[in-house]
Amino acid sequence: MKIDKNTINKIARLSRIKLDDKESEDYIKDLNHILDWVEQLNEVDTEKVEPLSNISSSILPKREDISNDANSSDEILKNAPDKLEGFFAVPKVVE
Amino acid sequence: MNNLIKGEKHDWEMVIGLEVHAQVKSNSKLFSSSSTKFGSSPNSQVSLVDAAMPGMLPVINKYCVEQAVKSGVGLNAKINNYSVFDRKNYFYADLPQGYQISQYKYPIVGEGKVTIDFKDGTSKDIRIVRLHLEQDAGKSLHDQNPSKTYVDLNRSGVALMEIVSEPDIRTPDEAGLYISKIRSILMYLDTCDGNMQEGSLRADVNISVRKPGDEYGTRCEIKNLNSIKFIKQAINYEAKRQIEILESGGSIEQNTMLFNTSTGKTRPMRNKEEAHDYRYFPDPDLLPLEITEEEIENLKSSIPELPDELKNKFIETYKLSNYDASVLTAEKQTSDYFIESISSDPELKNHAKMVVNWITSELFSLLNKNNFELSNSPVSSKNLGELVKLISSNEISGKIAKDVLEDMFATGKTAREIVDEKGLKQVTDQGEIEKIINEVIEDNPKMVDQYLAGKDKLLGFFVGQAMKKTKGKANPKILNDILKQKLNKEN
Amino acid sequence: MLEKSLKKTIENLQNNKISIRELNQEYIDKIKTKSELNIFIHFDEQKILDQVSELENDNSNKKLKGIPLAIKDLFCTKKMPTTAASKILENFNPTYESFVTQKLLDDGAIFVGKTNLDEFAMGSATDTSYFGNTINPLSKESEPLAPGGSSGGSAAAVAADLCLGATGTDTGGSIRQPASFCGVVGIKPTYGLCSRWGIAAFASSLDQAGVFTHNVEDAAILLESTAGFDKRDSTSANIKIPNYYDNLTDDLSGKTIGIPKEYSIDGTPEEVSKIWEDAIKVLEKKGAKIKNISLPHTKYALPTYYIIAPAEASSNLARYDGVKYGYRSDEISSLDEMYENTRGQGFGKEVKRRILIGTYVLSAGYYDAYYLKAQRVRKLIANDFNEAFKECDLIVTPTAPSAAFPLNQEQDDPIKMYLNDVFTVPASLAGLPGISIPFGKDKNDLPLGIQILGKHFDEQQVLNGALLLERSYE
Repeated sequence: MKIDKNTINKIARLSRIKLDDKESEDYIKDLNHILDWVEQLNEVDTEKVEPLSNISSSILPKREDISNDANSSDEILKNAPDKLEGFFAVPKVVE
Repeated sequence: MNNLIKGEKHDWEMVIGLEVHAQVKSNSKLFSSSSTKFGSSPNSQVSLVDAAMPGMLPVINKYCVEQAVKSGVGLNAKINNYSVFDRKNYFYADLPQGYQISQYKYPIVGEGKVTIDFKDGTSKDIRIVRLHLEQDAGKSLHDQNPSKTYVDLNRSGVALMEIVSEPDIRTPDEAGLYISKIRSILMYLDTCDGNMQEGSLRADVNISVRKPGDEYGTRCEIKNLNSIKFIKQAINYEAKRQIEILESGGSIEQNTMLFNTSTGKTRPMRNKEEAHDYRYFPDPDLLPLEITEEEIENLKSSIPELPDELKNKFIETYKLSNYDASVLTAEKQTSDYFIESISSDPELKNHAKMVVNWITSELFSLLNKNNFELSNSPVSSKNLGELVKLISSNEISGKIAKDVLEDMFATGKTAREIVDEKGLKQVTDQGEIEKIINEVIEDNPKMVDQYLAGKDKLLGFFVGQAMKKTKGKANPKILNDILKQKLNKEN
Repeated sequence: MLEKSLKKTIENLQNNKISIRELNQEYIDKIKTKSELNIFIHFDEQKILDQVSELENDNSNKKLKGIPLAIKDLFCTKKMPTTAASKILENFNPTYESFVTQKLLDDGAIFVGKTNLDEFAMGSATDTSYFGNTINPLSKESEPLAPGGSSGGSAAAVAADLCLGATGTDTGGSIRQPASFCGVVGIKPTYGLCSRWGIAAFASSLDQAGVFTHNVEDAAILLESTAGFDKRDSTSANIKIPNYYDNLTDDLSGKTIGIPKEYSIDGTPEEVSKIWEDAIKVLEKKGAKIKNISLPHTKYALPTYYIIAPAEASSNLARYDGVKYGYRSDEISSLDEMYENTRGQGFGKEVKRRILIGTYVLSAGYYDAYYLKAQRVRKLIANDFNEAFKECDLIVTPTAPSAAFPLNQEQDDPIKMYLNDVFTVPASLAGLPGISIPFGKDKNDLPLGIQILGKHFDEQQVLNGALLLERSYE
């Protein structure tokens, strides 16, 4: 079994997703099932194959260094669940 | 040079590597077109891309790429024709995307080196591992509200160059010289404004200690230091801390530390992230970055003279010491000032050391005292050149020149104007000086007797009296010569 | 008065056979009678009438002036909220318009509403939506059917004739499979043809916008309207967009059609095999050359996709953290608690499953074995197509392994659901254009779809092939 309780806790923590016990159980089962299924890729010899991350064959387009301040802070903050004095607000962080 | 620190039991050596984060000098951000201006009101320079709105996509700033290439050239480093932007995934309030676009496996710039110069004339190479481009995060403010942290995304997405050194640094001074040198190179290239106060240049310091000859010890990383003074303080404190632990039989825990600038102490970050797992992978919103040899050559040809080239040129042309030349070339504005000063009169070429001294000690101390920068010095480079010319041609003495410089600083007038107005021109007329010396001798017969009786030290008294009468304007050499001659005649 | 044709409706509007207001009022009325299908997440009659009024005062001659379209609720729209069918985007009102929807607005289209989808486009039945599932309009009353997914709402909106066309997005089949299930035309263009700017991302290297229509001609018209280079999307293709509609032809004589043997899969219902054979016969009869081809790595496409797509999604969905927009949990005594509760409560089961899988395959120690491996296999799959297209112009396959299945099939096994995409995923991995058109029915009289794949940016031939099959079937 690739995913155990520890692993699911670790990846849930990395993903910042809180899981209850029932969900953890379900996902342990699902993820193991899926990972077993994708194992079949090991049948494929890929030793000399370059990984493909994007199908596009064009070259990375670059923009000129021009600044425009089109977006107002009101626009940026418009949908914020909590905003104060022009800032996004989140629970206090202690570094 | 002995780089070791004495512990209770034996000597220790520090092993230091720096990760310098230099903000790319550009108008707009790395992947969005919002402004990079410093000090604007919160969240006023944030585009939809910087705020990671759904469906927003990055588009790279061409100029930032060029700036990174130029910086790489300045660090004597290999420019990679192919590099890749990766996502570094982690959660933090000021990281709106939930990942930072950075370069992991394939950075834009590979191995290089920089040379640091010591006061004793020796120098040392520090190897560079890599330089890569990445996005800056926003800013979290923890002290604006008792129960909340505020987030300002103005910085979010600004282009940074992360320059990683090998752990070749052995002392806090070397660390200081190294970061000064990086700063100097980037400022010559105009790829970073070098403003450490505003955070345009900051460093993470990796430090461990070992007995000389041993393997590297376990290191700690001190985060986010934004002045050379703090870097040195932090290294000193952290090294001592580690040595104390080791000498009392403990072991070092690999940790990320924060430096408290008011206490001068380091401490582990409280919010200790569980073992980082950044899950780097190529950003699928971007394609690989390709740079042709031709583009690199074009950029190379646009690069101005770099500090080390200029330093060597100064040493050769003006016969300056390595150290003097490195002080002059530490900042572009200094070397520019020097070149302008020394070029203001063909004669000055033969008095280069004098020009250096008048800039780096006299003028700099005035600037410091009055909180001025060289860039806004009331004494122009040409005027300083003229002042040195007056000294070197014996028109005024060095002592008077100091007063003249202060006057120039306060009034903005030229040295010549001040000398003329105040009649400060040195008296070099032998007859006139002789006349004054005669007066002094006549006025002080007792002293003359004592001098003749063997009190040689009294020569200074006669010089002083004669100077007083000329208001300091007498050429000291002529004065001395004639005085000795006269007194000896009395004998 | 209503034509089930965008093309004819444009003509009717131009000839004043119907006014923009009358046309849209009829669609509003129809939408209201079909509310039980749960096709729209956002529908606001007044907003439609506002757009009508605006166009009535607009004298310009716009291509799609007054044409009612439905928009998948993954496209950010200025005048309507955008949810991605997720609780986590609760109350999100974009201040910007996606590239694709802006192009449609520029052409004078009217948006009748935002359609339901699988949450963040992750699903094949439009049953992972926070707003409940959409019912396939072709369902018999006794047994509600799934419309397919993830663009099930848009496919259903066209099938129920609640609009003359709709936008969708396709990451692994999310346009083609619901088009097949709902008996409409759905085209996924080449990766990069339509900008992704303003579409909430699922898997960036695969996501592609496209359209649903009643017929192939309409698809050509809408595709032309939505395609185009966008300098704000670094993967957007800088090519000239052909006049797909003007260049449409059903003459495929002399063209070679590839039939990949690997798409004959054990367990495929006979009816599906049958319509595939029928389509081949039609094409052959019309003068196309039929050639058996091989795409040897086909069977690895699904597992490859189910590594790559979740990996990208796990990162793309990290921005939904309760800080800048959308849902934020009330249980937030610390920043981390805010994140974990917001995301734990804000995402649904399938989205969380994919984020977890994606996080796992990217994590230290597993990256090479899963993610990098999948990228290498992806390369082989793309190579298969490159080789195949050296010997043929188009590839023809079934769209989905079945007709629409009943809703509320409690799906215990996620892989069974993933298998719905078995015929559509390979072309997604290779970034190729593909269309699904209705072609035949199963024993329950439900539509089945044929998929036509073309070379990169050869949407024209794909459309031509589809037109031929469409005309032959009619």
